Amino acid sequence: MADHRGSPQGMDRRRFLGYVLAAPTLMAAAELGGSAVAPEAAAAIPTLPPPADLFDLNDLLSTAAVPTSALITVQVHSDGTASFALPRAEVGQGVTTSTAMLIAEELGLPVEKIKITLADSRPELLFNQLTAASNTTISTYTPIRVAAAIAKGRLLAAAAIVLGDTVTNLTSKLGVITGGGGKSVTYGELAQRAASTRTEQVSVTLKPRSEFTVIGKPHNRIDALDAVTGRKVFAMDLRIPNALPTMVCRPPTINGKVRSVLNAAAVRAMPGITDVVTISTGVAVRGRTFGQCVDAVRALRVDWGKGTAAGASDASVLRELKAAELPLVVPPLPLLAKTLDAGFTFAFRSNSALEPNCAIADVRRDRAEIWGSLKSPIVAQQAIAAKIGLPQNAVRVHVTEGGGSFGRKLFFDAALEAAEISRTLGKPVKLMWHRTDDFRQGRTHPMCTSRLRATYAAGNVLTFEHRHTSVSTDFGHGLGEIITALAAKLPVGDFTFSQTVFQLTQTMPYNFGVTTQLLNEVNKGFNTGSMRNIYSPDVCCARELFVDQLAAKMGKDPYKFRQEFARDHRARAVLDKVAKVGNWGRAMPAGMAQGIAVHAEYKGFSAALVEIDCRPATVNRKIPSARTGPRVTKVVFAVDAGLAVNPRGLEAQMLGGISDGIALALTSSLHLKDGYFLEGSWDNYFYTRQWNVPKDVEIIVMPPTTGQPGGAGEFGVAASYAAVACAYTRATGTLPTTFPVNHDGPLGFDPLPTVPPIPQSPTDGLRNAF
Amino acid sequence: MPEHTFILNGEQVTVDVEDDVRLLWVLRDVLGVMGPKYGCGVEVCKACASHINGKVFNPCAVRVGDVKPTDRITTIEGLPGTVGKPLHPMQQAWLDRDVAQCGYCQPGQIMTAVAKVRQAKAEGRKITDADLDEIRNICRCGTYNRIREAITAAAERM
Ligand code: FES
Ligand code: FES
Repeated sequence: MADHRGSPQGMDRRRFLGYVLAAPTLMAAAELGGSAVAPEAAAAIPTLPPPADLFDLNDLLSTAAVPTSALITVQVHSDGTASFALPRAEVGQGVTTSTAMLIAEELGLPVEKIKITLADSRPELLFNQLTAASNTTISTYTPIRVAAAIAKGRLLAAAAIVLGDTVTNLTSKLGVITGGGGKSVTYGELAQRAASTRTEQVSVTLKPRSEFTVIGKPHNRIDALDAVTGRKVFAMDLRIPNALPTMVCRPPTINGKVRSVLNAAAVRAMPGITDVVTISTGVAVRGRTFGQCVDAVRALRVDWGKGTAAGASDASVLRELKAAELPLVVPPLPLLAKTLDAGFTFAFRSNSALEPNCAIADVRRDRAEIWGSLKSPIVAQQAIAAKIGLPQNAVRVHVTEGGGSFGRKLFFDAALEAAEISRTLGKPVKLMWHRTDDFRQGRTHPMCTSRLRATYAAGNVLTFEHRHTSVSTDFGHGLGEIITALAAKLPVGDFTFSQTVFQLTQTMPYNFGVTTQLLNEVNKGFNTGSMRNIYSPDVCCARELFVDQLAAKMGKDPYKFRQEFARDHRARAVLDKVAKVGNWGRAMPAGMAQGIAVHAEYKGFSAALVEIDCRPATVNRKIPSARTGPRVTKVVFAVDAGLAVNPRGLEAQMLGGISDGIALALTSSLHLKDGYFLEGSWDNYFYTRQWNVPKDVEIIVMPPTTGQPGGAGEFGVAASYAAVACAYTRATGTLPTTFPVNHDGPLGFDPLPTVPPIPQSPTDGLRNAF
Repeated sequence: MPEHTFILNGEQVTVDVEDDVRLLWVLRDVLGVMGPKYGCGVEVCKACASHINGKVFNPCAVRVGDVKPTDRITTIEGLPGTVGKPLHPMQQAWLDRDVAQCGYCQPGQIMTAVAKVRQAKAEGRKITDADLDEIRNICRCGTYNRIREAITAAAERM
């Protein structure tokens, strides 16, 4: 991104257009949307910038908003607060807090006085209500500030009249405007006076960055108190009249279909159960408590048809992937050039959040209401309307706070299913997936392979090729429509849809001469989606491992090599930072090692330095029902997000990304066998737990570089994942070829049965109390 | 339907529900106490962690019929009441460190943390890294390090 955008004479000093809307109290508005970003040049044997450098997925998502005329509005109320309905999902990534900060900055109110809610689906926003690719702050940074600044201007003008003064004489602080004579008036008192009886367009100048007092300063989350007191309301905590607990008895293999139900009447007669009905995905049961629904699901006897992955296993999918790998084609080379090859396999992984798939639906004859944490509520609204045969405007979709997303909430599987059940029963339902269903039938990050080849001679890398081959990723959540709509504007030629996404997300941080990165996809039989990023974590892990190999072949230190070939000074800066703070190269005992990696994406740069302990005493430490293995002991992570609106929130996101990176490299995967995933519990799917947490984590938020915020939610994963993999390789002296590294080892748990599809809750909870 | 009586967050409650319904669903679906969360239903994730007579347990793994009228159940909602303050020191430490991300796991994390610190104190020692390593609660958002820091800080004030 070009640097002028954050400079005093750049974008920040330009005037922006917005509106004052006719409303009883002051309401200011701006159009949601952003502008494409200018490229930045680079040079060594220069690698032509990949498309993602010129125009990345975020530009696409921002550009998608331009044709809409839909407005976002900041309203000032008579009690001195301001409110804003954010057309995005909050799933833990902190966008409600950073949004409140943007408004507080321009409006001059304390953050605590800004109330952020999540907007219902707003079809008029077209593509602009999709929470994806860490795009929220990138696309809303300017419009939200414009609306807030317009509100501030109106307040000042109204205050000037009340105080009998001129605007330039006024000072304002924390919601109070004071005139030259010392008289003052509050925002609350001005809220009605500053309101407009008609809608008019106004222009406004935004604060220069040098005057920021809120943006860029660490702030705690605005929902923290609710979170620690149990008051934060998630979908399943809502009490919608008569929306009784509902669960679905699911097939023993992926996407199997109900042929017949053998004992529906008997199950309907079970205690607490009100309904049993066959739907497209299984057999739904509704009852007084979820516990009784579990009993009912377990009691159902169902004849199941085959699923969409019948008979498939890890090995059979890997064969398909291998067969689909696009060839590596090295161009003609000087005689003395040498070649390096590598290949990696990445297992299926679950993108399940801790909150399971869930939604509430109340479908009536002529209208429907849906509640759920949805990142693509407009697409959900359209799909639900189509499924239940109602016009789109008869379906209201309320976006609730989400208990994590990691890709899951881009889709609306539970909302669609809840709507189908509610329509079939004619009753409201509170649908929740069992955890085991979430692992076995829920979406996964697809299995994939990466093949790499580089040629090098005389201290230079001449060519670099990367071929990524993946089980097909489902993008049926709105990204599809966006890409179709904007296809002509994209600098990627006529690639397939997934290839387009790949090209728009894959940056290349190194000058490795002629560079090609390509994607191919196979097999649509799985329920897939992104998982805290689409391709990048795996692609980055493969690339960084390969870079270590290349450095070794060329006789160079991994850090020095990266620094030398980095295409961008921002990449070098984060590398230098972690190398210095993490004391790169320090002596370590045998079986321990450091690893370093760098990643560019979301208009930002990140680097991680990791230390790992692979000594037997550590690897074999015993924790009941747990995956122990190697332990990451230290992580130093540097992030340059252009401009961190809330550095504390950014740190939190990086911390989460590190936890994911450790899991991806070492412990967490799904094993496919006979058409189903063996994992069915958090004690089978080994996401990072306290015993695998590094005790020493230091996250460094780099000072602002571009002056424009980059994405944060997904950005922490790739570099930490890659650095753990590199450290592991150096500690053990063996290059792993399958990730996570333990995937092909002993299973580490006894798989739950598939019939009944969910386990009964234990009864020994009192004995285990401590 | 059988009646069950116990003490919930300081007040006696009585519910009409079958003996074998797990306490988590009695709290959430019958009594409307939404602090304890569902994350697995099999005593693994600890999102439902609450206290019984001052000890941490998983209500997803206890039949309501096994709860006695004299048993004191405390959920996150009742935790401040146990210290007679608006917030328990553990909750305050969570705020100080801005621990929560999505927040879904955090009621369970806090209830577990309180018990863990009490356990160490009862043994007359400080909370250690080894104690923290034993905590099984899943945080899929990966807030683990801030949790460790918050527990260590709160232990000084408990
Ligand atoms: S829901 Fe009780 S331990 Fe997971
Ligand atoms: S904060 Fe989201 S699961 Fe812990």
